[in-house]
Amino acid sequence: MEWFIAKIFAKYNYWISIILMMIGFYGIVAKDNLIKKIIGLNIFQTAIFLYFISLGAVKAGTAPIVDAEIIRKGYVYANPLPHVLILTAIVVSVATTAVALSLVIRMHQEYGTIEESEIIEKSRDKGMTWT
Amino acid sequence: MIPFIQLFGLYVITHGAGGPGGGFQGGVVFASAFILYVIAFNLTDGGARFPESGNIILSSLGLYIYAGIGLLAIFFTLGAAQYLNYGFIPFTSHFEENRALGMDFVEIGIGITVMAIIVSIFFDLALKDGDGKEEEEEGSR
Amino acid sequence: MPSVVEHFPVLVVVVSLLSAITILIAGWINRKTAWYISLATLLGQFIASLFILHHVMTVGSIRYRLGGWAPPWGIEYVMDALNAYVLVVLLFLGLVCVIYSKRNIEHELPQKVVSFYTIYQLLITGLCGITVTGDIFNMYVFLEITSLSAYALIASRGKIALKASFTYLVLGSIGACFFLLGVGFLYAVTGSLNIQDLSLLLPPFYGNRVVLAAFVFFLVGLSIKMALFPLHTWLPDAHAFAPAEISAMLSGIIIEVSTYAFIRVAFSVFTLRFLRLLPIFDILSWLGAVAIIIGSVLAITQVNLKRMLAYSSVANMGYIVLALGLSTSARTLPWGGLNPALMHILNHALMKGCLFLVAGAFIYKADLWYIKDFVGLGRKMPYTCAAFVIAAISMIGVPPSVGFVSKLYIILASIEAKKFFFVAVLLLSSLLNLVYFWRVIETMYMKRGKEQDHSHASHGSHVQREEIPFGMLSPIWVLASLCIIMGILWLANVPTPILNQVNSMFGLDMKP
Repeated sequence: MEWFIAKIFAKYNYWISIILMMIGFYGIVAKDNLIKKIIGLNIFQTAIFLYFISLGAVKAGTAPIVDAEIIRKGYVYANPLPHVLILTAIVVSVATTAVALSLVIRMHQEYGTIEESEIIEKSRDKGMTWT
Repeated sequence: MIPFIQLFGLYVITHGAGGPGGGFQGGVVFASAFILYVIAFNLTDGGARFPESGNIILSSLGLYIYAGIGLLAIFFTLGAAQYLNYGFIPFTSHFEENRALGMDFVEIGIGITVMAIIVSIFFDLALKDGDGKEEEEEGSR
Repeated sequence: MPSVVEHFPVLVVVVSLLSAITILIAGWINRKTAWYISLATLLGQFIASLFILHHVMTVGSIRYRLGGWAPPWGIEYVMDALNAYVLVVLLFLGLVCVIYSKRNIEHELPQKVVSFYTIYQLLITGLCGITVTGDIFNMYVFLEITSLSAYALIASRGKIALKASFTYLVLGSIGACFFLLGVGFLYAVTGSLNIQDLSLLLPPFYGNRVVLAAFVFFLVGLSIKMALFPLHTWLPDAHAFAPAEISAMLSGIIIEVSTYAFIRVAFSVFTLRFLRLLPIFDILSWLGAVAIIIGSVLAITQVNLKRMLAYSSVANMGYIVLALGLSTSARTLPWGGLNPALMHILNHALMKGCLFLVAGAFIYKADLWYIKDFVGLGRKMPYTCAAFVIAAISMIGVPPSVGFVSKLYIILASIEAKKFFFVAVLLLSSLLNLVYFWRVIETMYMKRGKEQDHSHASHGSHVQREEIPFGMLSPIWVLASLCIIMGILWLANVPTPILNQVNSMFGLDMKP
C-alpha cells in the first residue's frame, strides 16, 4: 500500500500529464477529421506544458515577483524559469495552431472537405497522384 | 461602446511590466479587445476597422523595436557590449535604470507585434474571403 | 571587449530577422524590392559566416553572452568548428536558392512574392539560429521557427502541397514536443539550459533513468525532424510537392540542420562517455543501413521525379546516420570520427540541391512531373540536363565527385570498424542509385518520342532549344560544378582541418 502511494499518488502530476499526452496523441493518430487532429496536437502540447510547470512548483510558494516585502520577509516563491520557458513554448504552440488552421481552411476551399481520407481520394482524382 | 472601452482599460493594466504579465500576455489581451468588438457587432468586413496595411506596419514596428533595442546596445558602445545588453544604452545615466527601460521597450515592442499578428490571424481565419497569406509569428523570449 | 567578428553570430540571426520584416514593409510598397533585399541579406550573411569560420579556425571558438548575462543565467551563443562549418554550408545553399528563386517564384506564385521572401528570410533566420546557439531551449525555439516557416513555404503552392504540409506540420510538431520534453527532463535534473553547462553538470547523473529518457526523447524528436527511418513518412510528399527551391532547401539543409542539432545534443550535451554506456552507435548504424536500403528501393518505384529525389534524400540521411554510428569505431584520418558524416552534410546539400533545382527547371519550363514525360529533353534543354547528369553521377558515386568521396570514406570507416555488412549495403545502394538515375538519364537522352522521330526524319537534326533563363541556370551550374570541384578538394584534404578540430573538440582522437 505504501509503495502504491509513493509511486502513484505522490506523483500525480506526472500521471495526469502522461494521460493527457496519450489522449492528445490518440486524437492525432486515430481521428480522420483534420480539426480533430489539430485539437489532439494542442492537447498533446498542453500536457507537456503542464508537466513542465508542475516541475517548477515549490510547496507553498507564491508568485515570483520581486518585491521589497518578499525579500524582507523571506517568502518562498515558485521557480520562475519554467514559467518563462513555457510562455515561449505556448507562443510557439499558438503559431503552430494558427498555421495548421490556415492550412485546413485552404484545404477546405480547395477540396470541399476536411476529412483526411476524402482528401487523399480527391487528390488521386486531381491528376497529381501519390506514387 | 462600453464593452470596448472596458476592455481597453483592462488590457492597458495587464500590459504593464513589473506585474504578472508582460509583452505576450498584454498583446493577446489587447488583440482580444478588437476581436471581441468584431464578434459583438458582427462586422463581416472587419477590414474596414483594421486595414491590412495597418497590420503590416504594426507588426513590423513592434519587431523593429525589439530587435533594434538590442542592436542599439552594440552601436552605442561601438561593439564593446553584447547584443541586448541594454545597460549600455544611454537613456539615463544609471546602468540599472537603463536596463529596466530597455526591458520595458522590448516588452512594448513584443506587445505591439503580438497584437497585430493575432488580430491579423483572426481576420484571415474568420472572414469569408481570406486570401491564404500566412503570417508567421515570432517566438518571443 | 569582443572584436567585430565576435558580434557576427548574433548579427547573422538578427539582421536576417530584421530583413524579413523589412521585406514585408518594402514589398508592400513596391513588390520588386523583395528579392533584392533578400539577396543582399543572404550575401551579407554568407560573407559574415566565412569570417566566422576563419576566426574559429585561427583564433578559437567564439563565446558570446547575450545581454551580458553570464551563463547559466543568460543565453550564450557559441561558435566552434562544427557550428561555423554548418553555418557556411547552410548560408551558401540559401544564397544559391534565392538566386534561383527569382524567376521561379514570379512564375509559380505571382501574387505571393512578398510573403514568400518574408517567410524565406524567416526560415534562414531560424536555421542560422539553430546553428549558432549554445542554449538548448533557444535551439528548440529556433527549431520551431524553422519548421513553421517550412510548413508555410511548402504549402505556398497550394492544392496537394497543402496536405503534404499538414502532415509535415503534425509530425514535425510532435517531434519538436519530444525535443521539448527532453529539454525539460534535463532541466529537471540539472537546473541548467546551457549546453556547455549541461555537459559539466550531467556526468554524476549518467545512470539516472531521467537522463536516459531525455536522450531517447531527443533522439526520437530529432529523428522525426531529420526523417530517419522509420519516421520519414512525411518527407516524400513534403519534398515532392513544395516549390523547387524549397525542396532544395528542405533536402539540402533543413534535415541536415536537424542532424547537426542531434550531433550537438549527442556529443556536446551528452558527452562521449555517456554515449558509450548505451549501444546507441550500433542502433544508429543499423537504422542508417535500413534507411539506405529502403530509401533507394522505394526511389526506384517512383514515377514522379521529385518524389524519387525525396526518397533518395531518405537514403542519404541514412548515409549520414550510418557515418555517425561508425564515428567512434573508426579512428584513422581522414575517414575517422565524425568526418564522413559532416562531409556528407555538405556533399548532400550540393548534390541534392542541384537535382531539385533541375527538377524545378523542368517544371518551370513545361510542367513536367513524371519521368516518362522527359523524352527528348536532352536536346531541348542541354545545359540543364548536363547538370542533372553531373549531379546524378555524383550521387551514384563516380570519382572524383563528392558522392564518391562520401561513400569511399564511409566504406573505409566501416572496414576499419570491421563491420563488413555495411560495406555491402553501401555498394548495393550505389547500384540502386545507378538504377533509378539511369532511368531518368535514359529517358532524357536516349528515348525518342513519336513526334521526335517524325521531325527528325523530315527536318534533319535541328530540335528547338528552349533553355531556362540564365538566372535559374547559373545556380544549377554552380552547384553541379561544385560537386566535382569539392570532390577534388576533399580528396586533396583541403577542408579536413576544420573537421579535425571538430573531432578533437569532442574527444574523438585520431591517428594520422
